[in-house]
Amino acid sequence: MPSPAILSLRELSVSFGRGADLVEAVRRLTFDVAEGEWYGLVGESGSGKSTVLRAISGLLLHWSGGMVVAGEPQRPRRTRRFHKLLQMVFQDPYGSLHPRHTVDRALSEPLAIHRIGDADRRIDRALVDVGLDPSFRYRFPHQLSGGQRQRVAIARALIVEPRILLLDEPTSALDVSVQAEILNLLRRLRGEHGLTAILVSHNLAVVAHMCERLGVMQNGEMVEEMSVGQLRAAAPQHPYTRKLLTASGGYDRQVLAAVGETA
Amino acid sequence: MTAYSVPQVRWRSWLLSAAPQSRIQARLGNLYLGWLSFLANPLALVGMAIVVALLLMALFAPLLAPGSPYAQSLTERLLPPSSEHWFGTDELGRDIYTRVVHGGRVTLTIVLLVAIIVAPLGLAIGTAAGYFGGLLDTVLMRITDIFLAFPRLILALAFVAALGPGIENAVIAIALTAWPPYARVARAETMTLRESDFISAVRLQGASSMRILVRHVMPLCLSSVIIRVTLDMAGIILTAAGLGFLGLGAQPPIPEWGAMVSSGRAFLLDQWWVATIPGIAIFVVSLGFNLLGDGLRDVLDPKQRR
Repeated sequence: MPSPAILSLRELSVSFGRGADLVEAVRRLTFDVAEGEWYGLVGESGSGKSTVLRAISGLLLHWSGGMVVAGEPQRPRRTRRFHKLLQMVFQDPYGSLHPRHTVDRALSEPLAIHRIGDADRRIDRALVDVGLDPSFRYRFPHQLSGGQRQRVAIARALIVEPRILLLDEPTSALDVSVQAEILNLLRRLRGEHGLTAILVSHNLAVVAHMCERLGVMQNGEMVEEMSVGQLRAAAPQHPYTRKLLTASGGYDRQVLAAVGETA
Repeated sequence: MTAYSVPQVRWRSWLLSAAPQSRIQARLGNLYLGWLSFLANPLALVGMAIVVALLLMALFAPLLAPGSPYAQSLTERLLPPSSEHWFGTDELGRDIYTRVVHGGRVTLTIVLLVAIIVAPLGLAIGTAAGYFGGLLDTVLMRITDIFLAFPRLILALAFVAALGPGIENAVIAIALTAWPPYARVARAETMTLRESDFISAVRLQGASSMRILVRHVMPLCLSSVIIRVTLDMAGIILTAAGLGFLGLGAQPPIPEWGAMVSSGRAFLLDQWWVATIPGIAIFVVSLGFNLLGDGLRDVLDPKQRR
């Protein structure tokens, strides 16, 4: 790893409930993400990968372990500066936009919070940046398609110019052709903004397309960490990863090919 | 007709533009769309007509009914409706039409003041309890329970008795007894919103809790609160009437509708108009507010529109 880690987790644990109901959602998770790197977290539903993102972003307050973001050790409560540094895109674009706020309002809110001036120009540029016509600016979310909504959500995350992006299954709620568009958009934005990202997905093909390294999670534990090259060579060590790979093998090649064509 | 409609078409297309050029144009366009959907709802229009008529009546009361609502004429007691006294006279020979028209001012003042106090109070308490949860929620909701545990009129009575009789104190007392249901409604809605992704998203943008509550949560609770207010209007008028009846609300000879119904109660069988006319006024106003509220709910939710 050439550049130093911009984000590192040490023994991160998250549990819900207590007593007999205790669920350890994440157990002693340790990994580093280098500046400019895209890191994938894969695993089946309930493996704790989204919980990791919620803990990193500051939505979850009760975690234990060490977390260093951009050189600063993090406590459960975050500063405003942290939120400017790190943004998140949610899985469901139908739920992540305020139903009564226009696109304009959704995009001007982060600018107002961080007291960033020149809102008008920035909003127009952010829309163009994610491939939306500025005429969408005064639309309500219900007047947009799923893919357009996800573009708005991405624009909202990027408008404060963060260095790190957390992507929680950003395409799994969209249909396949739109998925490819959003993935290609993210790739392009990555190049333009020099973003670092953690991408959570259950789709190995998506992770292989977007990331350099990935961690495989099962029952809240990281069972294997490897590079995408190793994944492509189908050389995972852990039996669970192999199972995951064969499970997605049925349509894996087709999806890869489809994504590759439009890229 | 054609010379007429050209500029009309121009501002219409400006308002309905799919790609507004400015925030103001977008906002006005949305208002216009709301107005169009409001127009498409005949019942809501009837409600608005009633409420507007009531406001105009209150505003122009001295013109509509030139006489004094307090002028007594003991030789003309309890006269039935006639061309001279449209709604008859009451037990002191006062013209009921004049009193109903002037009473609209009193009733409207009470209703509007209560609504202005109650809706923001209930909304603030409910959304804060629902959003923060934990200890604050427990404390606020137990206070709400205490207020809900008393019959509304009894509690209002206790407050007025402590504050002293009069319209202002009646307003305060009614407001103090009317907010708990609003807090409950707002809390329930807030709890369903609290965990939603769009609230998480704005939290991740670094917004303060105050900003989230006021700008993101409250607007979504507002429509149910508005419905609740309009449905409550009748109850507020009747509570005010009850207080008036017990000598704790509007003091005689103020022509408050509820107090008029109460005083007409004694003659209900023989001189029906004394109680019935102000009763009809209360009914019509309540109906107007209910219909208006129903229409407003549709307008307030942009999703309901095309």
